[in-house]
Amino acid sequence: MILTALTFLPLAAGVLVALLGRDRQAFGRNIAFAASLLALALAAAVWAMFDHGTGGLQFVENHPWVPALGMEYNLGVDGLSVLMILLSALIVPFALLASWKIEKDPKLFFSLTLFLESGLFGVFTAQNFLHWFLFWELSLIPAFFLIRIWGGPRRTSAAAQFFIYTMVGSIAMLAAFLAMYALADASQRTFDFARLAELARGAHGHASHPALATVIFFGVFLGLAVKVPLVPFHTWQPAAYAEAPTGTTMILTAAMSKMGVYGFLRVLWPIFPEQIQQWRGPLLVLAAATIVLPAAAAFAQKDLKRMVAYSSINHLGYCLLGIFAAARLAGGAPGWANEQAAALNGVIVQMFNHGLTAAALFYFVGLIEQRGGGRGLDDFGGLRRPAPVFCGLMGIALFASLGLPGLNGFPGEFLIFKGALHLAAETAVISTLGLLLTAIFLLTILQRVFSGPLPAKWSGWPDLTLGERCIVAPVMALIFALGLFPQLLTGVANPAVMQMLRFF
Amino acid sequence: MEFIVKFLWLIPTAPLLSAGICALLPRERRRLSAGLAIGAISISFLLACAAFVAAFHVQRAVFNFTWFEFGTTHVPLGWMLDPLGAGMAVMVALVSLLVFIYSTGYMAHDENFTRFFCFLALFAAAMLGLIIANSLLLFFICWELVGLASYLLIGFWFQKPSAAAAAKKAFITTRIGDMGFLIGMLWLYASKGTLLFYDGGHGCLETGLVASTTIGLLIFCGAVGKSGQVPLHVWLPDAMEGPTPVSALIHAATMVAAGVFLIARVYPLMSPEALQVVTWVGAVTAVFAASIAVAQNDIKRILAYSTVSQLGYMMMGLGAGGVAVGMFHLVTHAFFKALLFMGAGSVIHGCHEEQDISNMGGLRKRMPVTFATYAVGMMALCGVPLFFSGFWSKDAILDAAHHWPASRIPFYLGLIGAFLTAFYMTRQVCAVFLGKPSTEAAEHAHESPSAMTMPLLILAVLAVVAGFFGTPAWPWFRSYLAGAHAEFDMVKLAEDGAPLVMLISAALVIVSIALGWWMYGSAAAKPLKESDPLEKAQPALFGLLRHKFYVDEIYEATIVRLTAAFAMFSSWLDRAIWGGLVKAVCWLALLLARINRGVDETLVNGGFDAGTETVRSSGAWVSRWQNGQVQRYLRIIGLGFCGLLILLLWRSR
Amino acid sequence: MTAPLAHYLILAALLFAIGLAGALARRNAIIVLVGLELMLNAANLNFIAFWRCGAHPEMLTGVMVVLFSIAIGAAEAAVGLALVIAIYRHRRATQLDQFTSLKG
Repeated sequence: MILTALTFLPLAAGVLVALLGRDRQAFGRNIAFAASLLALALAAAVWAMFDHGTGGLQFVENHPWVPALGMEYNLGVDGLSVLMILLSALIVPFALLASWKIEKDPKLFFSLTLFLESGLFGVFTAQNFLHWFLFWELSLIPAFFLIRIWGGPRRTSAAAQFFIYTMVGSIAMLAAFLAMYALADASQRTFDFARLAELARGAHGHASHPALATVIFFGVFLGLAVKVPLVPFHTWQPAAYAEAPTGTTMILTAAMSKMGVYGFLRVLWPIFPEQIQQWRGPLLVLAAATIVLPAAAAFAQKDLKRMVAYSSINHLGYCLLGIFAAARLAGGAPGWANEQAAALNGVIVQMFNHGLTAAALFYFVGLIEQRGGGRGLDDFGGLRRPAPVFCGLMGIALFASLGLPGLNGFPGEFLIFKGALHLAAETAVISTLGLLLTAIFLLTILQRVFSGPLPAKWSGWPDLTLGERCIVAPVMALIFALGLFPQLLTGVANPAVMQMLRFF
Repeated sequence: MEFIVKFLWLIPTAPLLSAGICALLPRERRRLSAGLAIGAISISFLLACAAFVAAFHVQRAVFNFTWFEFGTTHVPLGWMLDPLGAGMAVMVALVSLLVFIYSTGYMAHDENFTRFFCFLALFAAAMLGLIIANSLLLFFICWELVGLASYLLIGFWFQKPSAAAAAKKAFITTRIGDMGFLIGMLWLYASKGTLLFYDGGHGCLETGLVASTTIGLLIFCGAVGKSGQVPLHVWLPDAMEGPTPVSALIHAATMVAAGVFLIARVYPLMSPEALQVVTWVGAVTAVFAASIAVAQNDIKRILAYSTVSQLGYMMMGLGAGGVAVGMFHLVTHAFFKALLFMGAGSVIHGCHEEQDISNMGGLRKRMPVTFATYAVGMMALCGVPLFFSGFWSKDAILDAAHHWPASRIPFYLGLIGAFLTAFYMTRQVCAVFLGKPSTEAAEHAHESPSAMTMPLLILAVLAVVAGFFGTPAWPWFRSYLAGAHAEFDMVKLAEDGAPLVMLISAALVIVSIALGWWMYGSAAAKPLKESDPLEKAQPALFGLLRHKFYVDEIYEATIVRLTAAFAMFSSWLDRAIWGGLVKAVCWLALLLARINRGVDETLVNGGFDAGTETVRSSGAWVSRWQNGQVQRYLRIIGLGFCGLLILLLWRSR
Repeated sequence: MTAPLAHYLILAALLFAIGLAGALARRNAIIVLVGLELMLNAANLNFIAFWRCGAHPEMLTGVMVVLFSIAIGAAEAAVGLALVIAIYRHRRATQLDQFTSLKG
């Protein structure tokens, strides 16, 4: 029941907040924040009660929903899901605090954000495609309105592009699953992930039609690749991230982009093992492109938010590198299973850590925009003098993002590269170029914004207030804690990874 | 003494803790932060000394633990006690301690004094962690952290754009090497299954097998970046933008030597081919950097190029002679180069932030302590025979190069380097301390406070004494590393052509110093400010050296521009190709929509419109019948009734 | 001693014709209503006549129908007059040819 409660708590609170009168904005804001904290508590409870020893699904709830359509209300979490739930539940209160001072209809903003959170929880717990897809789409709608209503000057086109792009992917995915449903024998028709995986393993259903299965595979792949996003399906992302309000960008990058990677692991990995292996080469090329090209493009940007947005693509590229590299049949050299486990553990660790770091980075960029009225790379300079704490904490976030050991960015990248170097050496070597380019543009941010002479107009630049320090303090603490003790993440993720490896 | 291993982690942790506390201290707590940092590094120093003593007996002891688990295995980290690490730790802790004390004087007026000690302590912690690491992974972690500390300290005066740029350049240039190191490390991990150096017979250094040459060279990439070897040396001279104590500690004595230490640490893995590359790179760097130093006027840059050159010697020593040769030069160099940098800092401090040696002169009388110690450092660096440490350590390298079977060229390069070293150091000392003051600032120079001169004196003593621990007659350092007992044996001085090498290098140094003195120091020489005698003699060559062989410019024109072009290309790819594809699809969709609209509006809507128009107009015509006159309806009904009646009657007839 | 059926029918036909003429020719709405009543009563007269001269005078069918018819006629007159008054109040006229708002 706790998963159902977790999923519907933000939804209910969101409805409640939306129904409040227009004159009760502050009250609605408080309720929404309290609900997000409660959801965090529930997520933490799931994490605490979760049995770290096994890789199977836990807290399973299974009820028939629309049997005629193969739709079931089937919830359950494994280590991967638990971490994603925890990440979403952590980021939403952070994002709400970052949006606390929104002036235009804050009540609606907060309630839409809660709807979004509900969608995230639904996606990360669902074990049936239709159920999963429902929440997948549910998260899209509030995100669209959040960008469309509260976004920057070019919000209209950004929101439309975001929505249509994602929608095209979703439709491809839906069509693919319907095709899979139709291809299966009448007795085996299902939308259940686990059962679909069984069909694939037994070469039944879609797996018995290799040509069609490839088409279906690419349908699902498209839906997930757009969400992540993977080069060349990424062009919506910088615009959407740059135009969205700070709080929304934080959720988009920290949690929603993880939906895509999560889909790769939860859907594509177990249901299409054959196809991933078959197309592994081109997919690895795409992963390398996703790592290197956006890192280079970030270097050419003049807008801080766009730079961080591109760096976000680059970081998720490492996740995809890990996944595709690991998708290689065992049975070759001994010890491959451990390399695969390293890569997949790295993927999950990276997902969690990138969520934290990117959210913190967008938060800081939002603060710069709020204080300076712009976010051009060259509009600032020397801010470290009036705002040393600001610089120090943003510096920590930047260094975490470039993978400095001791901070949380490193363990994931280390594990991914450890696995990938063994399983897909050339791609991994090319991808280190991404690590280098990331360092270049992140340090360029530090250099241009915080170093050099201080322009006279910024001499009164305020340092982080006490409230802002309190907002980032938990994230900063996590950045250090997870950097020093990656076991906190791998301990939860590893059993799930071992379970996943059984598909290969 | 075994118990010390368990507490070895305290060596880096003490400064790390003090760094953490200093980071949280407000700016005004200057004394507290300096006290904390110095106290912490003192603890580290004492522990390192204890470890040093313990290493006599223990030889090697490790402590390993699990960092985290994945798959069916785990990633272990650990630390260890061995002579190599212990010796290095003592040197680093000692130099750090002296630099910390020196900094209280040098940085006394800086507003970010507290932060400075925070960064320094962070650096010391990372450096000491790197030294005691028993895992290449932990080594890499600390390696990156010293890079971070170096970045923070080079950019310490962040208001200066040049300092901020230099910090970035340093981090990125070393990171280029680090990427090679990372790949090499992971490759090693895959091939050996562990990154622990020693693990009761299972460590990667213990299997007795060398790694492939590629892995060795990849790891060497990291050392090339960190130790400023050609072609990644460009960041080190720029790093002189940082405060001088930083240059002394990080960019002369310890961090840049970490690359040498890395190769020394993984020495058992290095294949002969990889070591050949190490030797060649070292030899080329030694001459390359020394020749650039001849034509520089910035006192710190001269020392920076000298450092690059000496690091080249260390690499050459490692490659040709083995761990002991390279490491011995590392230790002696750390002492005398730290001494030189701190002396240069004292000069800069005394001359009110003047760094150009052509603006100095005659400081011998105004800064006697600085001059005396600087002269000791200079002679140690030049390798003045018998009484200075540089002579013994450099001689060991040259001797090793002399015996190197692969090629003699590195030996000759080393000799040229030794000649150049003595020449540029003489030039510098003459310009700074001899002659007459050439500016007001030099005229009014003053001796530095005792917080700065005391470390100088201690280091001066060390710069002399350290050499005696590694003479061919009493190779104590080599024996210590090997865990053996050193015998004093005068005969070894005369073995294997050693006297010949010694004589050649001593003669070269003396000739070079004399030449330098004749050109720059004698009464006949003109002040450097007016013209450089070398420039007069060889303007083209001098210009080339003055501009550092245009390496920076070449990189600017190629790599930097290529990166920028690649960035622009990628950005263009995004906008034009990927974004263009999306736009093309959009246009296609819009086009279809337009066509559809045209069809709808003309054909479909047109047909319906025509039909409905007919119905409407006929309805309008019919509706005219209904004019609202009730009586007319009635009449019509009446008429109809009558008609019906008539019809009925007619039909019934 | 009963008058033959034809006499009644002729009387009724006359009445009907007078009523029809009034309803068709007069413009005053009240007179039109009066004409309508006359036509109704002509029909009633016919009912009675056919009943009396029919096959089963003992079954009182004619009387029954006429009683209903008179009641309906009264109701109809009441509604009609009420309509006329309502229209009069609204338009200040009882002339039928002025009322064309039902025009199509």
